[in-house]
Amino acid sequence: MIELKNISKSFGEHRVLKNVSAKFHKGKVNFIIGRSGSGKSVMTKCTVGLLEPDEGQVLFDGRDFTLMNQRKRKEVHKEIGMLFQGGALFDSMTVSENIKFPLKMFSEMTDQEMDVRVVDCLKRVMLEGHGDKFTGELSGGMQKRVGIARAISMNPKYLFCDEPNSGLDPQTAIVIDNLIIDITREYGMTTVVVSHDMNSVIEASDTIHFIHEGEIAFEGNNAEMMVSKSETLNEFIYASKLMQKLRDR
Amino acid sequence: MGIIFHIGRYTRFILRVFRKPENGPVFRRSLVNEMTTIGTNSVGIVALLSLFMGAVMCLQTAHQVSGWIPVYTIGFTVRQTMILEFSPTLIPVILAGKIGSNIASQLGTMRVTEQIDALEIMGINSAGFLTLPKILAGIICLPLLVIMSMFLGLASGAGIAYVTGVSSMADFQYGLQVDFVSYDVIYALIKTTIFSIIITSVSAYHGYHTHGGALEVAKSSTKAVVYSVVIIMMSNLILTKLLLT
Repeated sequence: MIELKNISKSFGEHRVLKNVSAKFHKGKVNFIIGRSGSGKSVMTKCTVGLLEPDEGQVLFDGRDFTLMNQRKRKEVHKEIGMLFQGGALFDSMTVSENIKFPLKMFSEMTDQEMDVRVVDCLKRVMLEGHGDKFTGELSGGMQKRVGIARAISMNPKYLFCDEPNSGLDPQTAIVIDNLIIDITREYGMTTVVVSHDMNSVIEASDTIHFIHEGEIAFEGNNAEMMVSKSETLNEFIYASKLMQKLRDR
Repeated sequence: MGIIFHIGRYTRFILRVFRKPENGPVFRRSLVNEMTTIGTNSVGIVALLSLFMGAVMCLQTAHQVSGWIPVYTIGFTVRQTMILEFSPTLIPVILAGKIGSNIASQLGTMRVTEQIDALEIMGINSAGFLTLPKILAGIICLPLLVIMSMFLGLASGAGIAYVTGVSSMADFQYGLQVDFVSYDVIYALIKTTIFSIIITSVSAYHGYHTHGGALEVAKSSTKAVVYSVVIIMMSNLILTKLLLT
């Protein structure tokens, strides 16, 4: 489980996160939703250590990440997989090399064992036979799947996905959502997904944290979200005509 | 205030760069790749510039030599210019454009496409992983390129002197040898080594700290070249004062 306790973060005068507390549960797909600029990405970056929170604690299974030195943080980082919005694949490497990279850096595996692991990961994301391609040759959806394959190559305990469906067509988005759900269940990971895609939230979420102007304005599951009386949450959920029609039914 | 901020951030960046690499074999492979990019891929441009520069230097000096000035001055001037200034200073300035912009745009693109964040999330010291091989490759390759430049410049000077007849080979050769001080070469190589650190680290610093998109990558690339050249020129003055006088 990942726990945030009273996290605050400011950039100059602008306070982006205001005493945010949240729990992300093991074996569940935990969503952070909110409008653009609400603080979702900053919250995720503070959680994984890409940004330092000004105040508060980040606990990975009870281990206080904010108090750790660089060496201990590295150990926690080895337990984290992350899927970035744009894939963040190394474009100088092939698909296989991208997946093999963390294994080469940190595992004790032989070359043959690494190759087997790469093939397994590629199979898991339904990309067998694409290992020799360069990332620039892949479609957006395929790049996201390679990103997932690289994220899971080290068997992480925690998976972070930043806008996994941005720029994808609805069908491919569903493929990615299902993949995230399946992998979370299969590996028993604590998965945190940052998104503002309501289709994904409805399809894939176990828990939802709605962040508004740097504060958690709602915390609950799908069913609770749909009947919430929170005005800001309802404005966000029912922004599209499709969702409004669903609500009116 | 801006300068103090940059000096502080650059110092912190360099302290991160010079940490022990996470994985020795991966680091060595990366070093070889960088030596190819920085060293081998620069041989052509360095050779071309040095050949022309040596030849031009020969003809310009020959144009000045008349009356009481001995003909061997041509060889002497070509040697001194190539060894003291052209090869160790102007070659790094030109390479700051080629290598510096390459490093800054590579790291800048990696930053804006979140590849550097991906390295950090994996538990890799991204500053060291991406920059240390470049700095070491520069330290190894630039002095070798400068030695090559010196030889080619002197050879082309001799060649053009022979072809145009502005100096006999014997006079040119005497000019090359007269009052030769081997410390000048050491001075040149010390300068080059320091300039190679400036080019690679300053360019990496600007690329690594890029924020935004394609426009910012281009700006970082330009800044990398401009700052590298300015710092090289300032260091050149200081080093010359310290090492030659």
